[in-house]
Amino acid sequence: MNMPQNEGLKNAEKAEYDSMVSQISPKPTYLKNFLWAFVIGGLICMTGQIILNSLIKSGMDLKAAGSMTSVILIFLAALFTGLGLYDELAKKAGAGTIVPITGFANAIVASAMEFKREGYIFGVGARIFTVAGPTLVFGFVISVIIGLIKFLI
Amino acid sequence: MAAPKKRGMQTIVFDNPPCLTSWASIVGPKEGEGPWGNSFDVRLNDNLLGEKTWEKAESKLLQDTVSLALSKRGFEIDDVEVFLAGDLLNQLASANFAARTLNIPFLGLYGACSTMAESLIVGAMILDGGFCERVIAATSSHHYSAERQYRFPVEQGVQRSLTAQWTVTGSGAVVLEKGVLGPKIKSATIGKIVDRGQDDANNMGAAMAPVASDTIKMHHLDLNLQPDYYDLVITGDLGSVGAALVRQLFNRDGLVPKPNYSDCGILIFDEKQDVHAGGSGCGCSAVMLCGPLLAKMQRGELNKLLFVATGALMSPTTTFQGETIPCIAHAVAIENQ
Repeated sequence: MNMPQNEGLKNAEKAEYDSMVSQISPKPTYLKNFLWAFVIGGLICMTGQIILNSLIKSGMDLKAAGSMTSVILIFLAALFTGLGLYDELAKKAGAGTIVPITGFANAIVASAMEFKREGYIFGVGARIFTVAGPTLVFGFVISVIIGLIKFLI
Repeated sequence: MAAPKKRGMQTIVFDNPPCLTSWASIVGPKEGEGPWGNSFDVRLNDNLLGEKTWEKAESKLLQDTVSLALSKRGFEIDDVEVFLAGDLLNQLASANFAARTLNIPFLGLYGACSTMAESLIVGAMILDGGFCERVIAATSSHHYSAERQYRFPVEQGVQRSLTAQWTVTGSGAVVLEKGVLGPKIKSATIGKIVDRGQDDANNMGAAMAPVASDTIKMHHLDLNLQPDYYDLVITGDLGSVGAALVRQLFNRDGLVPKPNYSDCGILIFDEKQDVHAGGSGCGCSAVMLCGPLLAKMQRGELNKLLFVATGALMSPTTTFQGETIPCIAHAVAIENQ
């Protein structure tokens, strides 16, 4: 309430500068990003579907084929990360490469590769989940909540 | 007693302006492909310089640049009395390890991307104060060592923001000496920290623009110079967003007529190189100074240069804690006589 005058002036200056910044800063190219994410993300999912279908065709049951599909996709993402190609694709695809399970694999393998230089314990071991950690933590939290809901209903 | 070499609020002038007698610049492969690629002494083919880690590579880069600057002047390592350097890494890792090998008395400086100006100012003060006759000022940055410390693992698939800048892999070093021929440091303005409440680590140009304008204004005010006194006023790494903001701030701050202004972060890369808003890092301003700019001064194409290296003094920790980005800019006036 009793804001000192210089504080008010500072806020006004900040607001003014903020509007200068937002005028000059280039706007994110949302439409282009959406399209790329849709196409590349869609292709990744289609690859998964093709793998799944061919596994089922070869006689696997749906549940086993589903798990196997995830394993293969994770392997492919790890491989492409190791080859230095996944980040090139992600530069264009954005969410299209982050949201599928391949994005998760990329986050873990990229961290493992980066921190291997500090050794296997304090490097790889300690920091492999640097990027993927939040996904795990909140994944666990959500699954507990959903489990509770199911238990109560 | 008043300080005889101080002018106005923030500026110092040198009685015997220290001379830049030799300089060297080494850049990474991407910088070597940029528009000024031919102006650097060495363009590396390998980001790792044959080392095992990015940190080792950066330290070697700095060390090689210092050795090169000395050898261009025909000096041995122990011909210089003080080594002034800093970099972006925690605990100034690159500079400390380079100093371990070089074995010259060492002062480590942290000014983030403003380090080249900071080391030149401290070096010039040491010389003009009569404490030494020859010092070397240097700094370095490495794209991948900075990425892993400030942002993401190298192979992590991320989409960079359009306002983000690309940390330059490069190092620059300048030998400063007393009373010899060559471009001289006439005066310098020590910047204040300015923080206009920007907190986007992906838009550091916007965070740094106000301080760049402030230091440039104070320099002209303290020395009572016309804003178009210098042939070129060049900032360190504001990039396209920051430089556009600075041009607007010149108007607001009353710098009329406008200085002839450019920015190392814009110049160092081509738009086609996909770096978004331009280059950044200690190496950005350092290699542009020790590459094309000082060469232009030597050829007489530029005679009065105001070199304003800008630094965003943020840490990933404080950013996550919700702090804004404090920024600094130091100005060094280099003139041919």
